[in-house]
Amino acid sequence: MSEKLYNNLLFQSIFLMSFLILVGLLIPNWLVFVITKAIAYGLVGLGIITLMRGGLVSFGQGFVFGIGGYTAGLLGTQAGLTDAMLLLFVSFLFTGLVGLIIAPLLARYRDIFFAMLSLAFSMVLYGILIKIDAIGGSDGFVLPESTYFGIKPSSEYADYVLYVVAIIMTGFISILLRYYYDSTPGLIALAVRENELRVEYLGSSAFNVAVLNFTIAAGLGGMGGALNGIALGHIDPEFTYWTTSGEFVFISILAGYLSVPAVFLAALLLELVRSFSGRYFPDTWQLILGLFLILSIIFIPSGIGSFFKQFFDRLKKSK
Amino acid sequence: MNFFRQCLILTSSFLISLLTYVGISNADGHKGFKLGVVTFLSGPAAEPFGVPAWNGGKLFIKLLNEGKAPAPYNKIGFGGMKITAIPIDESGGATKQVQEFRNLVQRDKVDAVLGYVSSGDCMAIPSVADELKALTVLYDCGTPRVFEDASYKYVFRTAAHAAMDNIAIAKYLMEKGHDISSIAGINQNYAWGKDSWKDFSVSVKKLSPSSEIKNELFPKIFSGQYGTEISALMNSKAKVVHSSLWGGDLQSFILQAKPRGLFKRTQVVFSAGDHVMPGLGNKYPEGVILGARGQYGMMAPDTALNKWFYKSYMDEYGVFPAQPPYRMVQGLMGLKMAIEKAMEKNGGKEPNKDEIAAAFKGLEFDSPGGLVQMKLGDGHQAIQPHAIGTTAKDKDGNITVTDIVRYKASCVNPPNGIKAVDWINAGFPGADC
Repeated sequence: MSEKLYNNLLFQSIFLMSFLILVGLLIPNWLVFVITKAIAYGLVGLGIITLMRGGLVSFGQGFVFGIGGYTAGLLGTQAGLTDAMLLLFVSFLFTGLVGLIIAPLLARYRDIFFAMLSLAFSMVLYGILIKIDAIGGSDGFVLPESTYFGIKPSSEYADYVLYVVAIIMTGFISILLRYYYDSTPGLIALAVRENELRVEYLGSSAFNVAVLNFTIAAGLGGMGGALNGIALGHIDPEFTYWTTSGEFVFISILAGYLSVPAVFLAALLLELVRSFSGRYFPDTWQLILGLFLILSIIFIPSGIGSFFKQFFDRLKKSK
Repeated sequence: MNFFRQCLILTSSFLISLLTYVGISNADGHKGFKLGVVTFLSGPAAEPFGVPAWNGGKLFIKLLNEGKAPAPYNKIGFGGMKITAIPIDESGGATKQVQEFRNLVQRDKVDAVLGYVSSGDCMAIPSVADELKALTVLYDCGTPRVFEDASYKYVFRTAAHAAMDNIAIAKYLMEKGHDISSIAGINQNYAWGKDSWKDFSVSVKKLSPSSEIKNELFPKIFSGQYGTEISALMNSKAKVVHSSLWGGDLQSFILQAKPRGLFKRTQVVFSAGDHVMPGLGNKYPEGVILGARGQYGMMAPDTALNKWFYKSYMDEYGVFPAQPPYRMVQGLMGLKMAIEKAMEKNGGKEPNKDEIAAAFKGLEFDSPGGLVQMKLGDGHQAIQPHAIGTTAKDKDGNITVTDIVRYKASCVNPPNGIKAVDWINAGFPGADC
């Protein structure tokens, strides 16, 4: 079954990507921007989902989100590097490396201890960033406009070009992740989630799985942070604050761990609800957002991804 | 459960498509002037600052649309175009504000954005504004760096920056013969607090070189608890304690420091101290030296325009207007004058943003707080006259401001092209007092 499915997956993804790129030409500019931002948040959410498959939840993904954002921002302002694709890629690698360095420490903990320790990391980074006046302190700083292969697009098309880059890069990352999830180490993560002790007795290392997953999650988070920073054109320590981390956790819960595209859909949904409630209920937007969160947790406890799965299962049955 | 779930999906997808539709349909084919207004509507800065500012703005926009404001603001709306305001909450940090700004410009297609109390937001928005070619009026934030570190085409600030507040207080202390041999400060740990303290302490040093800094405290913004800081200030025995705290932080500090006798033992100065007066009423301590970031509220000048605004606000909301509503109205007035000047120039047609930006540069207009001149930052940054006073009880036992000294705009603001901090360090060259 596997060979055919994978070919199929690649074909489906490329079809979806081209479709989204074409749609981007038709929808208004603001929606292009919101989708780009949702992709950035979705990438971080994808990282949390990678962890969730191994039974871990991080409350501190703002840590890697911030590192990625600041990496892209500082390379842009200090080193004059403005190529968006390069910035995204370098942030991905660098944050992944940072993740690999701290992962062995975090991977020794489970459940709430893991969550709180990751939260502590993000808040320590927040505390450091607001104190460094050279990079704007609590005000953050502005990123230079990005270029693509040395060309700076005119301001009308800048959003669209970044959108295309984000779709392509994220598309291929999503495909790779799907392969990873269905590979042996990816499936061991699910087994760790069910029974860690048994996995160890069978000769696999739960510790290694956690390190690997955290490193992947860090890389994804860093890339999300860089994308968010480049899209907004501004970076501040709020990137690493616990409320930002909370949003990522919510996106992952809303999406569930069953489907990769569901994560981006969840991020888009959250982004739309937030921006429209802010627009039409400026005094009570938090209330609307809170209600949305509560209702979606009550009524879709296993996430949007569960709909996708049901849908495809039904499709298979009817065949 | 399944039924509920389906209902939820149906309703939410319906709501989202409806909102998207409204968002898109709102975007095109409008008449009049669409103005995005950004100010704190939630969080600790809302009650003492953001909400009264928006109250003042709302009232003034209503009066403008009815054509009820006095000359020279008696034309309906902005040059005959009725104003539709879209209020947006400023809380959530600079990154969120950049996104809200983009939504306003790209989705709602506003003609201009007026807003921003927080210095962090004012640092983040201008570059995006220029990139999107969106006319933007910063109405309140204090940091001098906005137009000192960069220049923007479509961004204007219609109120003086924070340097004036602290220079004037230092001068006031000197002129009134207060003992400034030792000073201490409690300011929030971010751009506004740090800049304020630097401007104040350096100004004092310039005016009285022998004075000594006893204590510099920088609590986190919105921390709300100042027990340890108050002890440290009491122990330092500094003659003057300076603070640029504002909003809920200032309220908490006053309520916590008053029973411990800080205001009796030391001379306390608040660089932005008046806007919590409507909320605190007679709990506000006596003998405090304070500025209002301009001639606002109890320190406003005795002009017809001010009397009209003060009375309109008082009649509508039952409290006197402190600095926030004054500043937002000042921003609206500047925008109105720029638009009408641009219309005059192009023969009465609806001006485009380039024409408005050209007219805004170097504009001068009367506001309830006095004459505003867009003189700094090559015509993008305002200066305005200032006033400092001391609180006292009147004969009915109500808190009021007495001993008011007024300062000319050119006396407490640097000339064009010189950074505020350099101007203070050089000993205020060319100050016209």
